[in-house]
Amino acid sequence: MTPLIQYQDIYKAFGKKKIFEGLDLQIEKGETLTIIGGSGTGKSVLLKLLIGLLYPDSGAILFDGADVTQLPEEGLRAVRKRVSMVFQGSALFDSLTVGENIAYPLRENMRELSEDEIRARVANKLELVNLAGIEQMKPSDLSGGMRKRVGLARAIATDPEVILWDEPTTGLDPISTRVIDELIVSMKKTLGATSVVVTHDMDSAFRVSDRMAMLARRKIVECGTVSQMQNSKNPDVRAFFDARK
Amino acid sequence: MAGEHPPDPETTQVHAAQPEFGDMVQQELESLLPFTARVRQFFEQLGGMVVMSMRALRRALHRPWGLGDLAYQMVALGQRSLSIATLVAIFAGLVISLQFAYFLARFGVQHTVGKVVVLTLFRELGPVLTALTVGARIGSGITAELGSMKVTEQIDAIAALGADPIKKLVAPRLIACTVVLPVLTALADVFGLVAGSLVVYSEYDIPLEQFYRSVVETATLADFTSGIAKSAIFGFVIASVGCFKGFNVSGGTEGVGRATTETVAIASVAICLSDFFLTKLFLSL
Repeated sequence: MTPLIQYQDIYKAFGKKKIFEGLDLQIEKGETLTIIGGSGTGKSVLLKLLIGLLYPDSGAILFDGADVTQLPEEGLRAVRKRVSMVFQGSALFDSLTVGENIAYPLRENMRELSEDEIRARVANKLELVNLAGIEQMKPSDLSGGMRKRVGLARAIATDPEVILWDEPTTGLDPISTRVIDELIVSMKKTLGATSVVVTHDMDSAFRVSDRMAMLARRKIVECGTVSQMQNSKNPDVRAFFDARK
Repeated sequence: MAGEHPPDPETTQVHAAQPEFGDMVQQELESLLPFTARVRQFFEQLGGMVVMSMRALRRALHRPWGLGDLAYQMVALGQRSLSIATLVAIFAGLVISLQFAYFLARFGVQHTVGKVVVLTLFRELGPVLTALTVGARIGSGITAELGSMKVTEQIDAIAALGADPIKKLVAPRLIACTVVLPVLTALADVFGLVAGSLVVYSEYDIPLEQFYRSVVETATLADFTSGIAKSAIFGFVIASVGCFKGFNVSGGTEGVGRATTETVAIASVAICLSDFFLTKLFLSL
């Protein structure tokens, strides 16, 4: 079966700083793949490349057979309707209420929904992240953890096919972390969503992942199931895993 | 040593001069490099602004129109700038009326002050002063707002959620600024004239009726519309600079501050430069 997402021979640099040199990665439909690696290795960049927020210097990124690096603006927007991203810093719109933030992708991408249906969906998504009833609050009134969960609720509002999670549990308390982990797993079970998770939280990674990929030295140095990665002899993987002991 | 000649002073000088010349060339090149880099950066930014503005206008023509966003921006920009625009216009009207009346009184033709004041206000001071004072405020406000959105990934989030950040954020600001600035300029013209008429009435006993009669006799529709057209172009330039700088902020909150200051400087220079060429253009029409 052809993978849903394929990064092919990706090169990317910011000025003189090289981020990727010949990076390859395949992600299967319906799986949860976690990308691990040190800070500044380009994990978030990898996610942004997939939805055209950044472009590689060379290489191809195939999503469902189409190269997103070659798509015109309209085609890219079609991809973004199928792929949702949870941002590291939540990226909530300050000028909108929590309810309006979550309704934003619904109003943009699901114009057939009535206002009542939008309200019901917003309430449902807030309930999923244990924040029921805060529709009228402003993002500035929320704690960091709450903002993060509202960001998650917004990302899953349209029930996307693919969800990109950029450090979804960083800065959260253990209970909230568990809620998010369960949410990632449930998105796969209930919607069949494909998830690409970038995280430093190894416990969380072990709980949610079908496969894990290690990003080091500007490419994916190892990729495999959780048990394969735990038993890997790759020095980068070993160094990363052993550092938490 | 008997066979050894003393060093030839000319040769020594040439040999000594060779590395100095090389150093000079290198220094010259090094001093030129930042300059050429700056010129390149200037043209890159100019090109970026033009491309972004054209893209925004093109996308604004497609559904959904985003009239709500446009109305919000027009009200916000207009409301925020109304007080400063009128205040500056009143004082400009007061000062130029006093200056012209004082000067014309030397020749005993102070009753013609309305003619000079109206032309100065309509053609030049109204649009330029409004653009410089209000524009700096509006432009820096746009950069600060969009720059903050950029560093907190809100612009990326708009794109990631399937919307178009250029259409959502740039187009309404560009159109609102282009529409609002002429309205503010028209108000500034009126407030400036009223203030001017009152000050020459109280200081030089020039009746209001006479002042306004000379205004109506002198000013043509072209005088008024050339100023309004100028201010529309200034508004477009200010919003283009503000949006471009905001969208291209880097370096966190420090970068937002830097971009905001740059917007004020660039917009002010752009207004002065374009004013010269627009004045030449309108005078030739």
